[in-house]
Amino acid sequence: MTKNIMIVGVGGQGSLLASKLLGHLLLTEGYDVKVSEVHGMSQRGGSVVTYVRFGEKVYSPVIDKGEADFIVSFEKLEAARYLEYLKPDGRIVTNTQEIDPMPVITGAAPYPDQLIEKMRQKGANVDAMDCLTLANEAGSAKAVNIVLMGKLSNYFDIPLEKWQKAIAECVPEKFLELNQKAFMLGREQ
Amino acid sequence: MYRRKDFETSMKQLMLGNKALARGLYEAGCSVVSSYPGTPSTEVTEEAAKFDEIYCEWAPNEKVAMEVAFGASLAGKRSFCGMKHVGLNVAADPLFTCSYTGVNGGMVICVADDAGMHSSQNEQDSRHHAIASKIPMLEPSDSAEACEFAKRAFELSEEFDTPVIIKMCTRVAHSQSVVETGERVCPQTVPYEKNIAKYVMMPGNAIRRHPVVEERTRKLRDYAENCPFNRVEMGDTKIGIITSSTSYQYAKEVFGEKASILKLGMVNPLPEKLILDFAQKVEKLVIIEELDPIIENHCRTLGLEVSGKDVFPLEGEYSQNLIAEKLGVEVVPSVKLDEALPGRPPVMCAGCPHRGLFYTLSKNQCTVLGDIGCYTLGAVAPLSAMEMTLCMGASVSSIHGFNKALGSESEGKTVAVIGDSTFMHSGMTGLANIAYNQSNSTVIILDNSITGMTGHQQNPTTGYNIKGDPAGKIDLEALCRAMGFARVTVVDPYDLAACDRVLKEELAAQEPSVIISRRPCALLKYVKHNKPLKVDENNCVGCKSCMKLGCPAISIKNKKAVIDETLCVGCGVCQQMCKFDALQSQEVQ
Repeated sequence: MTKNIMIVGVGGQGSLLASKLLGHLLLTEGYDVKVSEVHGMSQRGGSVVTYVRFGEKVYSPVIDKGEADFIVSFEKLEAARYLEYLKPDGRIVTNTQEIDPMPVITGAAPYPDQLIEKMRQKGANVDAMDCLTLANEAGSAKAVNIVLMGKLSNYFDIPLEKWQKAIAECVPEKFLELNQKAFMLGREQ
Repeated sequence: MYRRKDFETSMKQLMLGNKALARGLYEAGCSVVSSYPGTPSTEVTEEAAKFDEIYCEWAPNEKVAMEVAFGASLAGKRSFCGMKHVGLNVAADPLFTCSYTGVNGGMVICVADDAGMHSSQNEQDSRHHAIASKIPMLEPSDSAEACEFAKRAFELSEEFDTPVIIKMCTRVAHSQSVVETGERVCPQTVPYEKNIAKYVMMPGNAIRRHPVVEERTRKLRDYAENCPFNRVEMGDTKIGIITSSTSYQYAKEVFGEKASILKLGMVNPLPEKLILDFAQKVEKLVIIEELDPIIENHCRTLGLEVSGKDVFPLEGEYSQNLIAEKLGVEVVPSVKLDEALPGRPPVMCAGCPHRGLFYTLSKNQCTVLGDIGCYTLGAVAPLSAMEMTLCMGASVSSIHGFNKALGSESEGKTVAVIGDSTFMHSGMTGLANIAYNQSNSTVIILDNSITGMTGHQQNPTTGYNIKGDPAGKIDLEALCRAMGFARVTVVDPYDLAACDRVLKEELAAQEPSVIISRRPCALLKYVKHNKPLKVDENNCVGCKSCMKLGCPAISIKNKKAVIDETLCVGCGVCQQMCKFDALQSQEVQ
């Protein structure tokens, strides 16, 4: 059975490392893996999405509506935007950070309120946490992605040691300690 | 301890489709690569450039790139050029005739289509180019195939004496899947020999080459019948699907063994017997192909009754759900929030040098004929300062036509805007036309010292080559003056007053002029940023003047401007908008 993880956020937030980590870990666990993202126009502060799929044999590189086992979101509004991709019993792991999109900045629309509650009302399992604060605690605001991976790791039957090994293999050495700390902070939430 | 290096050099890797294609080039012993960047093709050449064994370069445009690759092939080496779908239009001239000359060393062309237009101005189907130019085309459906097809493409090129096109699409180019890497095997250089009848395409020779092309196509059609890239996967025979590329993956996702599939890896020329045999074995024949009905029409020509574009759209990307829905397979229901959420369109980055210039154009109510690049975002609110974007270079050519048509009615308020890379690509020829046929046109070159949109590639104006080493550097001012422009002015787009003054002067001038708006892209690593600005809440009256810039780092909360310190690079353009000294540099406070 193919499992589906969507990583969503705002262009420039650094979802690349998260998908690299997952892809590498799942490949070494013996799964067939596909990771798909769109480059170009969508990077310029726009809404971005990465698909990670794994299983015995993976065909489609993309995740369709109603298919995601997990949606990992770097930003609250983006979690809500991709809700319809979630499986009926799927789980959202989201950063509670708010980044105003242009329609909000210009005052054309308000930033929607109560998004976490509204997603839960629709039946989604939602883990919401302030990843930015946790990342700063670990030593860098850029570690939001690894904090999220830490939380996500709780739902996988993969030993902690293997996650840590995968992080070591994907992260430059000088940022390793910081990232391992960020991972544990996320995992303990 | 674990080492990163082990992971990066292991045989079995998750690899981007484009990187896998580059790996195929490497393993096939390709030695010359020339390309022009374009999403979703760019990474093929960037990845190829990481191999020291391959000479790689960014050419000024796709036509040049293809001719460079042709020259290297003529010299007897395996060569490659890569481009996006619209780039192949630019390179169509050499494409159609190198089909006639054939090759010496193997020559492979990659074209990457963008169904869904993630980053393109149209979603044309490049298979038409292969058919029209009578050049074989391979279409991989994942990274492993991208690597394998690239290697085989060189062999086909040499065996059949033809360039070979590999067609990628966004989902194959930008998806990572498992690739097993191999060793580089370099073929012997084929000696160059003078052969005027084969390589000088004047009528007398070309007339003799055309039948050679037709004979080659017949042989390629026979090859397609047994090509290992065209394979039948028999399953349930109630439905038989003929498909290729990423559509194959979607079809497998939906049907698995519950359908029989003829998966085509070679999409030009298409096999006949293979398709007819497959059709006989299944009850209903369905063609699944994104964009145009090329396989479908081929099947109809063969007299087959098929379903295709009667149910599937001509537009956009397909997906597993779309295929399931169209073929009556149940899809998992999904939920969404009841309210409409505000969109998050791409925006010019905080500190983008284009912003100040576009604000000036907006303020002066200019008619702006635009071009292809990050700056196309100048068309988006609140700047809304671009009224036309067609293709690479069209701004410069079109303003000439616009002004010739309207004369003094438009000359004093119309500008063309074009980036430095796009100008080198195909803006220069339009500028030559203005200089030659003399329209009173104002052309603005937005020189951010990089090819921005595709992710920072060097170009002939930056002074560096693809590997980041020092290279030739074209002087834009000298170039424009050499063409005959007496009025060439350089302005800093962070300086709003200077932009306004220069724009007004050049629009008023009664002769053609060039304004070079020069400041490097704010995302370039070497660009030093100032500290984020601070809002003095006592001074801020909430007038929203700063909001006219559409900067993602500024918003209004509780009727006061707020600066997002994680985004602001302290460019200071908004300070020039504020009449109340509310936006202040950190050093001042």
